[in-house]
Amino acid sequence: MRVDFDYTRSLGPVLSVFMTGLRDGRILAARTSAGLVVPPPEFDPVTLQPPTQFEPVADTGVVETWTWVPDPVADQPFERPFAFALIRLDGVESTLLHAVDVPAADDMRTGMRVRARWREHRVGAITDIACFVPEESPASTPDTSPSVPTAGAGEPVTGIVTPVRLRYTYAASPEESAFFRGLADGRILGQRCPACGKVYVPPRGACPVDGLPTTDEVELSDEGTVTTFCIVNVPFLGQRITPPYVSAYVLLDGADIAFLHLLLDVDPAEVRMGMRVRAVWRPREEWTTSLENISHFAPTGAPDADYDTYKGHL
Amino acid sequence: MTGRPAAVVGIGQTHHRAKRPDVSMAGLCREAIDRALADAGVEMGQIDAVVVGKAPDLFEGVMMPELYLAQALGAVGKPLLRVHTAGSVGGTTAIVAASLVRAGVHRRVLAVAFEKQSESNAMWALSVPVPFVMPVHAGAGGYFAPHVRSYIRRSGAPPETGAIVAAKDRTNALLNPYAHLRHDNVTVESVMASQMLWDPIRYDETCPSSDGACALVITDEDHVGVENPAWIHATAMRSEPTTAAGRDQVNPAAGQAAAAALWREAGISSPIDEIDCAEIYVPFSWFEPMWLENLGFAAPGTGWHLTVAGETSLTGRIPVNMSGGVLSSNPIGASGMLRFAEAALQVRGAAGQHQIAGARRALGHAYGGGSQFFAMWVVGSAPPAT
Amino acid sequence: MRRVAVVGFAQRQALDFPGSPTCVELLVPIFAECFAQTGWTKDDIGFWCSGSSDYLAGRSFSFVSAVDAIGALPPVVESHVEMDAAWAMYEAWVKIQTGEVDTALVYGFGKSSAATLRRILALQLDPYTMTPLWPDTVSLAALQARAGLEAGRWSQADLAAVVATNLTRAVTNPHAVRAASMTPEEVASLPAYADPLRALECAPVTDGAAALVLAAEDRALESCAQPAYITGFAHAIDAHHLGTRDLLRAPSVQIAAKAAGVTPETVEVAEVHAPFAHQELLVRSELGFTDSTTINPSGGALGGNPMFAGGLIRMGEAASRIWSGQADTVVGHATSGPLLQHNLVCLMTSEPTGGRS
Repeated sequence: MRVDFDYTRSLGPVLSVFMTGLRDGRILAARTSAGLVVPPPEFDPVTLQPPTQFEPVADTGVVETWTWVPDPVADQPFERPFAFALIRLDGVESTLLHAVDVPAADDMRTGMRVRARWREHRVGAITDIACFVPEESPASTPDTSPSVPTAGAGEPVTGIVTPVRLRYTYAASPEESAFFRGLADGRILGQRCPACGKVYVPPRGACPVDGLPTTDEVELSDEGTVTTFCIVNVPFLGQRITPPYVSAYVLLDGADIAFLHLLLDVDPAEVRMGMRVRAVWRPREEWTTSLENISHFAPTGAPDADYDTYKGHL
Repeated sequence: MTGRPAAVVGIGQTHHRAKRPDVSMAGLCREAIDRALADAGVEMGQIDAVVVGKAPDLFEGVMMPELYLAQALGAVGKPLLRVHTAGSVGGTTAIVAASLVRAGVHRRVLAVAFEKQSESNAMWALSVPVPFVMPVHAGAGGYFAPHVRSYIRRSGAPPETGAIVAAKDRTNALLNPYAHLRHDNVTVESVMASQMLWDPIRYDETCPSSDGACALVITDEDHVGVENPAWIHATAMRSEPTTAAGRDQVNPAAGQAAAAALWREAGISSPIDEIDCAEIYVPFSWFEPMWLENLGFAAPGTGWHLTVAGETSLTGRIPVNMSGGVLSSNPIGASGMLRFAEAALQVRGAAGQHQIAGARRALGHAYGGGSQFFAMWVVGSAPPAT
Repeated sequence: MRRVAVVGFAQRQALDFPGSPTCVELLVPIFAECFAQTGWTKDDIGFWCSGSSDYLAGRSFSFVSAVDAIGALPPVVESHVEMDAAWAMYEAWVKIQTGEVDTALVYGFGKSSAATLRRILALQLDPYTMTPLWPDTVSLAALQARAGLEAGRWSQADLAAVVATNLTRAVTNPHAVRAASMTPEEVASLPAYADPLRALECAPVTDGAAALVLAAEDRALESCAQPAYITGFAHAIDAHHLGTRDLLRAPSVQIAAKAAGVTPETVEVAEVHAPFAHQELLVRSELGFTDSTTINPSGGALGGNPMFAGGLIRMGEAASRIWSGQADTVVGHATSGPLLQHNLVCLMTSEPTGGRS
């Protein structure tokens, strides 16, 4: 399961100064109650007011502590092993967290002198410094002079874009699993709460009224009644169906709770509360363990259900 | 009310906008905090504890942002709590802060709630597809629209009811310098003519997505320090499951239970007669009549009578959403606290152009999730009866 | 202040829990266990409060389905913190102090294995100057460990001893997910993982849940023969930025301990929430404990550390030493945020007015 988004962060006055400096190949420290600090804190630790004085500092310094990263995770500065270090830039009271590029852990030591390796193309981000390298190491990129600004030179940097790309492995509860396995066989399986006797579809790890897992399996009809619905006219990010479409609560015959699904094969203006509908299954060869095995619901053409039969579900 | 008496003595909020590119998250919070501290006449150093409220972390893409914000919030070396109860969180945050004072744990507590929704996209953050589940939702509007339809069916409310609410709230917002949407000449007709998004909800009947923050300073009776505190007369919170067989999403049991507890604690027997104005969490216009019923201002099925008769306008019997409400400003995490803050502003006589003259007791209300988390308080210009 | 006691506690831990990220399947049995311990039903619970994280679950409102496990109709008085559930316990304790309720059930849960935990936690850092580098939790801890080694605050042998002690004790803890009877020498012979840290010096990625029951004094004795009375409860947060923090200090531990009224020499048992071996030494030093205090009889977080429940588990493990009569004065500690940024301390005693010792 993917959770991906490019976050657009506005910086405010202090971080804007810092990021603009990075874009221009300069490291700007803030003059604070705790001395010169990099990155500048948005609010002074003592006065709690934004710092107003900024001074350029050297892009060289000393490793105060470090660790070896043998197995980098995605989006770290390197895909191969590297070091993270807290680096005290010359003349600065604080340390800066960044990567140090050396071949092996044996090449790292506390107290070693390092300097920034700048990216050629800089945008105003902490990653404009690609990493730090041992101060004595030869220049490994053509541009080590931190003087050539790139994108948007002259204009202050007011925002950054931070991509966040996450991968999760999603698992279903045992009750949900039974339901999804049923779907793979073209069956809709509900379960009954052992306490209140209500039939839940999908089954639940905990009956929301009694706090007990649903148990006795009940095979449900794939026909039911529309209780209520909405006509979606609005496009949105991540949407997989083109609007307009009807999203409806369907109360399957034999179930005590309605569930949401699509209602198609009908003019949205014709959809009514109480409309009788039936599941339209995808071709069997496309079935997986998913509710999407049911392509959508469609009207059966039978007379509408009586209001009294579903009014308790509105 | 049990515990020590507590009062709101400082209120601050940001100018809410679709996008506040001029500030970071810390800057946004501080804009509200600094105003609240100035209003209370105290400095950060006099605050004993900070309570932070915010809706899902996916909105800003920072896990527990209060950690990195600790210094900006003035919380270093102090207790800091982070509350998340979905859309009701701003209200819950105020209640937790009040509890710290009522419990006698602290004397002076800062509550702050924020959302910087422009850092991402709320529709995306609320609709991240979960495996196995049909991707039919279209954000919050798609979730709530079927229940609005149920309300219309059950109550027989006329179709323009929602538009009356929207026109009123958007017009009230013109009186509130902090409001996000400030549209002139919004009328019932113009709302009815706006695009149908999630039928039966129209574009002008939906809340915006805002950047914004709200902050409150809450103290015990010995540290009030202002002449016009808003005394907290009662608080209530109740929760129920998102879905359950036969659960009523139009008139949820949790809202009814919270309201009953609230009125009992505040010593109120007839809310519509004893509450001078109400700031209610109405993200989609139809929720005004629904919540009027849920809160006991009107009998089930009759809330729309008050709306249609104009009784919820600034000059009506029970003014609702004097500030312009969620329909005019919606930084989700802060939205609940803004409701609580408006109630406090009213009883302090500090609501400016949207002041209800002589307001002595006011309701602040928030809800969240699938109409399942409720938080509310009653504040008054006089100390609570003991 | 009202006297409040811990009267029930249950937990589940697993290396790779196969169920859903909402952990409802874990909550149902641990709630049942708490009810069996106290003889209560859900109707006896005045307030429910949970701790969990949307980013751990990978979805917004991940805590919402957990409400199902309560059986929340009729509705309940309920709240949630986006923090370790130890802070939910604090919120519940405050709620009881207001006099509104007399009892509370607190729970926390998290499926740390759903994604790469050490990477996800990089989202807890400053989003402008740190997260874009994706510094993982283990690397950050290793920076701190090396700083301490080179400053002479602890040695590699000290870290190995912490691991050996905790993992050996974890052998007798049925909930631990990592346990081994090891000598410090055996630990010391293992290779570095994130230099200078060895793998066993880092808490295992753990899934799990925990629940704990609180009762005001008048209800405590009806539910528990020997309640663990909370006689001090406080927390505090430190600044975030590593570059301006002294990594070998955690001032908020001391602030919390002082506010909770901890007198170190009277504490017989402490459960310290230290996800990395050197952090146990650091917290112990901030708390002022000497060898007279037994630290982590459960095996601590090195034996299992379900995110968002791990702190609450420390509270329950500490309280259980009072229930069993093993100790009269105990401390539970919980931490949150990078490198011990936020710390909570709970002092519990066998007598409502303080320990006998």
